[in-house]
Amino acid sequence: MKYFLSMSFVLLCLTLAGCTSSPSTNSNSNELSGQLTLTGSSTVAPLAAEIAKRFERQHSKVRIDVQTGGSGKGIADVRRGVADIGMASRRLASDETDLTAHQIAADGVGLIVHQSNSIAELSPDQIIAIYTDKSNNWQDVGGDDKKITVVHKAEGRATLEVFLKHFGIDNPSVKSDVIVGENEHAIKTVAGTEGAIGYVSIGTAEADIESGVPIRLLPLDGVEAKTVNVASGAFPMSRPLNLVTADPSSQLAMEFIQFCQSADVHDLVKSQYFVPITKGSDIAK
Amino acid sequence: MRSDRSLTIVTRTLAAISAAIVLLIIGFLLREAAPALRQLGLSRFFTDESWHPLSSQFNLTPMIVATLVTSAGAILIAAPLGIASAVFVNFYAPHRLAVWHRRLIELLAGIPSVVFGLWGLMVLAPIVATFGGSGQNLFTATIVLGLMVLPTVALLSDAAIAALPRPWIQGAAALGMGRSAIIGWVVLPGARRGIGSGIMLALTRAFGETMAVLMLAGNIVEMPSSLLSPGRTLNANIALELGYATAGHRSVLFVSGLMLMLVVSCIVLLISHRRGHQA
Repeated sequence: MKYFLSMSFVLLCLTLAGCTSSPSTNSNSNELSGQLTLTGSSTVAPLAAEIAKRFERQHSKVRIDVQTGGSGKGIADVRRGVADIGMASRRLASDETDLTAHQIAADGVGLIVHQSNSIAELSPDQIIAIYTDKSNNWQDVGGDDKKITVVHKAEGRATLEVFLKHFGIDNPSVKSDVIVGENEHAIKTVAGTEGAIGYVSIGTAEADIESGVPIRLLPLDGVEAKTVNVASGAFPMSRPLNLVTADPSSQLAMEFIQFCQSADVHDLVKSQYFVPITKGSDIAK
Repeated sequence: MRSDRSLTIVTRTLAAISAAIVLLIIGFLLREAAPALRQLGLSRFFTDESWHPLSSQFNLTPMIVATLVTSAGAILIAAPLGIASAVFVNFYAPHRLAVWHRRLIELLAGIPSVVFGLWGLMVLAPIVATFGGSGQNLFTATIVLGLMVLPTVALLSDAAIAALPRPWIQGAAALGMGRSAIIGWVVLPGARRGIGSGIMLALTRAFGETMAVLMLAGNIVEMPSSLLSPGRTLNANIALELGYATAGHRSVLFVSGLMLMLVVSCIVLLISHRRGHQA
């Protein structure tokens, strides 16, 4: 619900383009002041907003504005100078080397099925067969006699990129039954359809399972789809959560990024079901 | 005399502003879509194999069809319900019931589209899913869209019927016509233009609705083979992909916005042209 609302809010914001304000850092005094604008990935945004609240409490003259709109928007906004920091839930692409990525957490993408589904695990080949319409019934992959409803994401989504890249699938060869936008939309679709399979951020799925949504995360390559396994790096399908800046960035922006990477915010990262990254393991670059 | 002149100036300015906004938006769409149109030409948006903008496939036809099907279907649901509701309120309902009925319809108009979408996703889609699939298809989207535009038809028809000269109805009754005959031969033909405006407004609102349709239509870009197949409308396409789109992809999405404007203007022009002939 929150995501749908935030999404429609984002659309509203897009129509009111240019409603962000420019930064101004006061470097004369020791105390930080000014305004920061963050835009980008809807996966990173809730975490960034929580960290921003804590940062604002510590520095009363700082205002941080967090807006969503997708990793692509985050990167475009930083380039155009509309935002001070972009949020991206993926590594930077080869044509984005003009920007610097600062990893603040990690997230895994896991496959979900309905709770009533008897399947224990799917091999990568079986998953590829399901998504390219070669397997149409759960019986083909060792489950009950039920039609498979394939839930896929819209083009450009970060989770979709992680998924396609991991399994080496070409997007046009995917034959799906439903295409969704947000993670929550995917989870609600799978929860409402017994034969459905989808892929979502593991943190979001774990939180929903805890609150009683009838879905189940499937293990991948024998590794349980759990946040602890994303943290240890054992889970194969994972992605970094990055803050992205253009050079040179303001002192305030750098201070905020350092705060995001410090141990002071690990409790916030964990509360969002993401996995904290200790500074120095900057694998995003 | 002076006040008349100032009022003329004020109304002219305000009218010009309202008209200019539409032109400004079309201009903005054209500007944003121009890079894609220049690079690809218009025909590729109809002749390409599929819609995979990141793999340079840009066929919009299935989305145009899905947009037309869901909106037309919504009107087929909303028009009979809405007109019946207006007739009921004016001729059949006891006064107190009519007041409450009107209030409820007004309340229906105030329900946000995400709430309609969420209700459709959690309640209606699982019911439709018993026919097979996920329940997210054109049929589910059309039903919810129909309910969303119902108040527009109902309230405008209601106003049109209420505005009919009383002597018409009294005269018809004096001639010994029954209530159903009065409604069929006097009221509905008399209120035709008002009811037509209501349906027209409802249709454009159905074309423009994004959120609920995005949540319910399944969003697969394929030529629909039946009402139970999933589909993606032009506006859902923008909402789904714009947040994640960069440069070229973004421009192509504005072409789908432009296409929607084109479809809506064609239909509006066609209908107003026909109505012009009738009057």
